[in-house]
Amino acid sequence: MITIKDLYVQLPDFSLEGITLSLNKGDFFALIGPTGAGKTILLETIAGLLPAGKGQIWINRNEITCLPPEKREIGIVYQDYALFPHLTVKRNIEYGLHFHKKRRKDVEKYFNWLIERLNLVHLLNRYPDTLSGGEKQRVALARAMIIEPSLLLLDEPLSALDQNFREEIQEMLKSINKETKIPFLMVTHNMAEVLSLAKRVGVINKGRLEQIGEIKEIFHTPKTPFVAKFIGMKNIFFVSFKKNKALINGLSIQLPREVQELEGFLAIRPEDIIISRRMIKSSARNNFQGFVKEIINQGFLFEINIKVGKTEFKALITPTSLVELELKRGTSVFIAFKSTAIHIF
Amino acid sequence: MRQKKDWFMLFTLICGFLILGFILLPLIEMVFSTNITSLKDTISEKDVRASIWLSIYASTWASIISFLIGTPFAYFMARKQFAGKRLVESIIDLPIVIPHTVVGIALLSVVGKNFWVGKILYQLGIRMIGSVPGIITVLTFVGMPFYINTVKDRFEGIPPRLEKVSRSLGASSLATFLRITFPLAWRSVIAGMIMCWARAISEFGAVVIIAYHPMIAPVLIYERFESFGLNYSRPVAVWLIIISLSMFILLRLVTIPRGKGK
Repeated sequence: MITIKDLYVQLPDFSLEGITLSLNKGDFFALIGPTGAGKTILLETIAGLLPAGKGQIWINRNEITCLPPEKREIGIVYQDYALFPHLTVKRNIEYGLHFHKKRRKDVEKYFNWLIERLNLVHLLNRYPDTLSGGEKQRVALARAMIIEPSLLLLDEPLSALDQNFREEIQEMLKSINKETKIPFLMVTHNMAEVLSLAKRVGVINKGRLEQIGEIKEIFHTPKTPFVAKFIGMKNIFFVSFKKNKALINGLSIQLPREVQELEGFLAIRPEDIIISRRMIKSSARNNFQGFVKEIINQGFLFEINIKVGKTEFKALITPTSLVELELKRGTSVFIAFKSTAIHIF
Repeated sequence: MRQKKDWFMLFTLICGFLILGFILLPLIEMVFSTNITSLKDTISEKDVRASIWLSIYASTWASIISFLIGTPFAYFMARKQFAGKRLVESIIDLPIVIPHTVVGIALLSVVGKNFWVGKILYQLGIRMIGSVPGIITVLTFVGMPFYINTVKDRFEGIPPRLEKVSRSLGASSLATFLRITFPLAWRSVIAGMIMCWARAISEFGAVVIIAYHPMIAPVLIYERFESFGLNYSRPVAVWLIIISLSMFILLRLVTIPRGKGK
């Protein structure tokens, strides 16, 4: 079990503040945040490559906060793989073994299992600069795994890969994590990577962890406006509350429950907003009339911006719906959303 | 369709030929105006052989000393950020910009018996003035910056991430340097040693102040020119060029990248 307690890192132009999180055996934890949120800095601090200003890092019952990186047994796989260019694939993978005395037979067995598992057998005598992105990633993974680390850190493991390699590496990471039970801590700015790989997730912004939890939890109940926005909630409004109503620019919205605070944020996922040409009769819904301000093609879906009074709502619809509803800029429409689809924070 | 002549680009080309001629013409003229017999006669002289050998010997030691002390320091300079780094870099470059005779005078005042360094050396039985150690000291002084700068540039070009990964795999900082950083930099190490060596073997002004005797080749050339004239000094100069160039070419061949592991 890995525990990070109230970790502070102070760099000349950046700081991490009060990071607390823990990983159990076999966990696949994702840290997600925008570029410049301090993700790589956090990884390097955990690995001992940057000094922690305050706080503690524990592996099982040993505190490692002050240990040099070579004594921590924490593997790291960088986004650019950082393979040693002057060594063959085989010697890259074996590198860590120089510093870890293990029974030769066990090492051989594990090495063979790894290269078999990561499909590297035919590449052993090649040099890194002759490998494709996916191959490099697999070598970097094998190199980090060979010392059987107590924790594996992954720095944006998929973002530098071509789309066709992505799925392959994704599956590989998942199954290696499952088979070896080594906890993985991955940082990324890509929500899709989190969804496909991790079980638990932490959202980091400007050096602070904004929220930690199961992926479902983060999605359903984001605790801060940043988290909500980052995971794709587009309709976030600053509102004043009045019992079970919220007011945005004079628009009164029915809430799922009574709220004590006077002011706060309210969010609705774009896919929870229903667009229609006629008023839908249903008392449980918030219904408003507005007009289409803009239609944005997002590939598989269309984002429709609808102006209701002074407030703009964003909704997502399929191309088929767009045709069926005959939406154009300026079309008068009704929007509806359930009060239970409203998030308050 | 014919394009209009680009006079500026033509001008840059002319400048190029001018510079090449400026460098090569004196050298070529010197080599070709020296006949084979005089070259043979000159190299059979004991004084000449001794001076050329001493030049090579002392310059090689300057390179080796630069390698031993300069490599760790160059690594430090490439990896660490600290207040006053610019100042330290300027200090490293000082021997390049100080006039050579000034270097000789400055070193002389330190190794002389009136200064504590000189006193300690004297008590240890090391004579700096008019001696081979003195010459090596001077040559190291003038050659070291070339070594450090070359190697530092290379170290800076090696991604620190390679070292970080190495540390995470269990290697200490020394093991990381020996297994990762140095193997990736060795070509520049050789190149730096050649630069240092070339600078050292050409030094005259500073050496002549610390040690007129034993004579290094440039001092011998100067002495022969002063006493006997151009025809007598030229063959020595040609020999020095031949030896320096062949050394240079040999080492360059060794360090040509061969595709893998550069």
